[in-house]
Amino acid sequence: MNFKLILNIAIHLLRARLKQSIVAAAGVTFGISMFVTLLGFMNGLNDLLDNLMLNRTAHVRLYNEIKPTEQQPVVLSEQFQKNTHFIRSIKPKDEGLAIYNSRAIIQNLKQDERVIDVSAKITTPVFFNSGTIEISGIINGVDVLAEDKLFQLTDYMIEGSVNNLLQNNSIMIGKGLSEKMLLTTGDIIKVTTAKGDLASLKIVGIFQIGIAEIDNTLTYTSLDTAQKILGKPTNYITDIQVKLYDISTASVVAKEFQHRFNVDTIDYETANSQFETGSSVRSIISYAVGIVLLIVAGFGIYNIMNMMIFEKMDSIAILKATGFSGQDVKWIFISLSLIIGIVGGILGLLLGLVLSTIIDSIPFETASLPTVTTYPINYNPFFYIIGITFALLTSTIAGLFPALKASKVDPVEIIRGK
Amino acid sequence: MSNIVLETKDLTKYFYDPVKIQVLKSVSMKVNHGEFVSIVGKSGCGKSTLLYLLSTMDTDYEGQLFMDDQLITGKSDQELAQIRNEKIGFVFQFHYLLPEYDVLRNVMLPGLKLGKLSKEEVEHNAMEHLRTLDMTDQVLKMPNQLSGGQKQRVAIARALINNPLIIMGDEPTGNLDKKNSDLVFDIFNELALEKKQTLLVVTHDNDFAARTHRTITMEDGRII
Repeated sequence: MNFKLILNIAIHLLRARLKQSIVAAAGVTFGISMFVTLLGFMNGLNDLLDNLMLNRTAHVRLYNEIKPTEQQPVVLSEQFQKNTHFIRSIKPKDEGLAIYNSRAIIQNLKQDERVIDVSAKITTPVFFNSGTIEISGIINGVDVLAEDKLFQLTDYMIEGSVNNLLQNNSIMIGKGLSEKMLLTTGDIIKVTTAKGDLASLKIVGIFQIGIAEIDNTLTYTSLDTAQKILGKPTNYITDIQVKLYDISTASVVAKEFQHRFNVDTIDYETANSQFETGSSVRSIISYAVGIVLLIVAGFGIYNIMNMMIFEKMDSIAILKATGFSGQDVKWIFISLSLIIGIVGGILGLLLGLVLSTIIDSIPFETASLPTVTTYPINYNPFFYIIGITFALLTSTIAGLFPALKASKVDPVEIIRGK
Repeated sequence: MSNIVLETKDLTKYFYDPVKIQVLKSVSMKVNHGEFVSIVGKSGCGKSTLLYLLSTMDTDYEGQLFMDDQLITGKSDQELAQIRNEKIGFVFQFHYLLPEYDVLRNVMLPGLKLGKLSKEEVEHNAMEHLRTLDMTDQVLKMPNQLSGGQKQRVAIARALINNPLIIMGDEPTGNLDKKNSDLVFDIFNELALEKKQTLLVVTHDNDFAARTHRTITMEDGRII
C-alpha cells in the first residue's frame, strides 16, 4: 500500500474542511491539556502530602510495645495443656520500652544493603515547668546528625540550627510551645520527667512542623541528654527508625526485622494508611475526569469524520473507480483521524505543560509546609505519555467506524444516483 | 496473444429492491483490441448496469467476466481495485474530479496509486496527455474553475494515465452541449484510430453511437 499517497489524500481532504478539522483537533487539545494539567496538579498535591508524612515518618520503626506476654505460664505448663484457661487481670509485663541489645541491632541494620540509614531515638513524656504551671510534652532524644539526614529537621527550623543540639544539655522546642511559655533561643527550660526527676535545658532552636499538636508538645534533644535526664545507661533506646531505598518493600522488611530482632515493628503504610487512601482516590478522580474529557473529544472527531464522509461520497466513489480499494479508503480516513489526534494531542501536551507551569508559579504559602512557596506540580513524563497514547487511541477508535463506513461505500450507487 | 480484451459469458443480474427483477439476461459479448464500441438502448434496458459489471465495480452477478483472457469473476476487492487502476480508464457522465486537487494532480492520481513510475515520470505523462487534449493552460486550476467540456477532457486524461487496456465511458457526452460532445467524440475516435485504444461507451446519443466502429443494441436485458 502506498502510504505516502494515502497520507497526501488525507491531508488534502483535511484542508478542504479546515475549520471543522481545527475544531475537532481543538477538542483533543483541550482534553489532553486538561488531563495532563489535572494529573500533574493532583499528583503534585499527593506528593506534597506524602512528603509531609514521609519526611516525618520512618519507613520502618522498631520499638517495644507495652503489652502482656503472649504466652502466659499456664499455657506453657504441660499439666494444663488440655484444659481451658481462664486468666483474670493480666497486666503488661515489666520489660520497659527499651529495645534490648539495641547497639547490635543498629550495627546490623547499618550494614543492610536495603537501608539508607538508621536513627536511634528515645521518646519520653515529660512536663515543662513555667512558673507554677506544668505543660505536658514529649522529648525526643535523637541521634542528631542521622535524624537531620533522615527527616530533614533543618527544613523546619525557624530559629537556631539543628547542629546546636550536639552541645550538652540543649533542647529544640516547637513554635507553639515557645509562644505558650514565652521562651526563645538562649533561654533555659525546666523539665520534669515521669519519674519526678528535674532537669534544666538550654533552648538552642525553635522549629515549626506546621501541625499544631506537634508544635505544642514535641521537643528534640540529643540521645545523651535524654539518657541523662532519664537516668538511663547509654544503651537505652526506645525506637530505631529505618529509611529504606525501596519504600515499597517497607511492609515486607518490617516483618523480616520483627522476626530477626524479636522486636515490634511497624511500616509507614500501616502507620499512615489514611494518606495512601487519599492519594489513590485523588488519582482515580483525576484519571476519570481526564479520560472522560478525551472520550468527549473522541465524539467530536467521530462527528466530524462522519460529516466529512457524507460530504465526500463523490470523492470516495471516484477514488474507488480509479483503483483505490476499500482498504485504501479506510486507511485514508483513519490517517485523517490520526492526524487530527496527533496534532491535537501534541498541542494539548504543550498547552498542558504551559498550564502546569502557570499553576506552578502561583504563590501558595502555608505554615505547615515551610519549603513550599507555590502550588505543587508533578511533571512526571508518564502522564504525558498516557495523555498522547489516549489521544491516539480515542482518535483511532473515533475514526475507525466512519472509515469502515467509507470503505464500504458502493461507488456504483453514488455514480448511478446522480 | 488473443485479440479479445473483454469477454462475458452469460452475465445475469438481478435487482432485489423493491422486488426481484432480472435486469440482465445471459449477456454474452466480446470486445476486441482496438475496437471503439458503443452500447445503446432505451433507458432501463440494462446498458449502464452492464457497464458497471464490466467495470468490476459491481460484483453481484451470475456468469463469467474475462478481461485480457483472465477470469475476473470472484476476485477480491483488493485485486479488483488493482485491475481497475491498471487496466480500466473511466469517463463518467458527471465529471467526477476530486475537488481537493488541481487538474494536474487529478490526472496523476491513478498513476501515483499504481506506483510503477516515479512521480516525475507520472507528472511528465500527465502533462503529455493534457497537452494532446489541449489543456496545458489549465493544469494548475482547480476543477471548479473549469467548464463542463474542460472537466471531461481532464477526466479523459486521467483515464489515459496508466495506458489502460480499455476505456469505459458512461454517457460521457450526456451532460455536454453539441460542440463539446463532438470534441469528446473526436478525442475518442483519434485514440481508437491512432493509438489502437480500445473503447467501450454507453450512450443514448444515437448520432454518437452511429459514428463508432460497432454498436451493441440492448433491449430488456438482452443484446439484440
